[in-house]
Amino acid sequence: MAGTTGKTLNLKLRIWRQSGPDKEGSFVDYEAKNISTDASFLEMLDVINVELVKKGEDPIEFDHDCREGICGSCSMVINGSPHGPDRGTATCQLHMRRFQDGQTVVVEPFRAKAFPLVKDLAVDRSSFDRIIQSGGYISVNTGNAPDANSLPVPKENADMAFAAATCIGCGACVAACKNASASLFVSAKLAHLALLPQGQAERDQRTLKMVAQMDEEGFGACTNTGACSAACPKEISLENIARMNRDYAKATLKDRKTSV
Amino acid sequence: MTAKTSYLTSTIGQKQVVALSGLSLSLFVLAHMMGNLLIFVSPQAYNMYGHALVSTPLIYVAEAGLVLFFALHVFLAIRLTWLNRGARPQAYAVSAKGEKATHFVQKTLLAQGLVILVFVILHLITFKYGKVYWVTYDGVTVRDLHRLIIEVFSQPGYLTWYLVALVVLGLHLSHGVSSALQTFGAAHPQLTPLLKKIGLGYALIVSLGFISLPIYVYFIY
Repeated sequence: MAGTTGKTLNLKLRIWRQSGPDKEGSFVDYEAKNISTDASFLEMLDVINVELVKKGEDPIEFDHDCREGICGSCSMVINGSPHGPDRGTATCQLHMRRFQDGQTVVVEPFRAKAFPLVKDLAVDRSSFDRIIQSGGYISVNTGNAPDANSLPVPKENADMAFAAATCIGCGACVAACKNASASLFVSAKLAHLALLPQGQAERDQRTLKMVAQMDEEGFGACTNTGACSAACPKEISLENIARMNRDYAKATLKDRKTSV
Repeated sequence: MTAKTSYLTSTIGQKQVVALSGLSLSLFVLAHMMGNLLIFVSPQAYNMYGHALVSTPLIYVAEAGLVLFFALHVFLAIRLTWLNRGARPQAYAVSAKGEKATHFVQKTLLAQGLVILVFVILHLITFKYGKVYWVTYDGVTVRDLHRLIIEVFSQPGYLTWYLVALVVLGLHLSHGVSSALQTFGAAHPQLTPLLKKIGLGYALIVSLGFISLPIYVYFIY
């Protein structure tokens, strides 16, 4: 085949299997044989699954969709790291050449109370959707795209807003955090609106509501370890969490309905 | 389905109180450490400094503030850690290595805090409420803390325990000072890396400054 190295490797896999949310789960060992080093991690799992199906066994359940690093569906912890060992990479973009022949690879689901397990490696991340629903939008009609420069946006703000908006909502930040905190996700979703003129009218209320929903969902608090940003496939900056903290304090002081 | 917003029950609000009390306590330990260094001037300078501190009525305000900050810091930190543990009911079988790993200092903040809590209680028992000796300088009788210090730190057990506790304090500060600033929302592409270094330097200065006293007493005095 053109463009392939033709190299293969064998791996020992230890994969978390759990048939349902209320069932007991455990690690099951699999042998991955003759896996192309050009394959992605998900393609390697596809190979395992095909064999499992052939044997009449239940395939390993995992979330995936675009497989090009932009949808945020893939969600597994590989040897202790969400999305595997590389920075700025989603599991679907992690290639098998990153592993050594004969290596043992432990695959676990994202672990968090707010991400209840569905099956095997698939978890329910709808807590993120509820956080967005609580205020992560602009509720006024902004009309058609405005004429260029009719609404000035400083270049730096546009860049920071865009960087925050690259968050794909995969939840690796929660999975990586020792506290299962959603601070990086929530702060990115606040930042991409807070940095633009259209986001100003509802900025305070949005901050208060989304933080309240984040707490309500049972995520932990932020200890500023930076593990979230290190695990983030989009390398969202911790600066966003600082902005959220600042905005939250300001919004509390300005809001006339806040209780202590 | 709107969740109720309330500052002091929110994670961010509580973290900011932990950060504020932590920063205040950080300033206290720096002042305390600098006061200790008077032992290198003379026993009299050391004892007179202690006397000056307890002779002003402001000491009660300062002490009340310290107790309040300490209690808030400990209470909220334990409460948040409890919440954080609950946010991940099932632990990972393997922990991250390399670039995505969390530093052990950041994983053990609660344990460090508990060591410091025990240390502070024992430290108050040993010195503030410990044996009282008196000494007279120019007709003024003051507590001879210097004598007590020499007596205590001549014992290898005390020396070892103090070294351990002060290294733990240094580790706690090495994360705490810069982390507290981030919790308040101080983040800046140029300033933040500098503040991190300042935080580390602060931890090093406070902890080495404190350690110098028992080391001096045991090995040199």
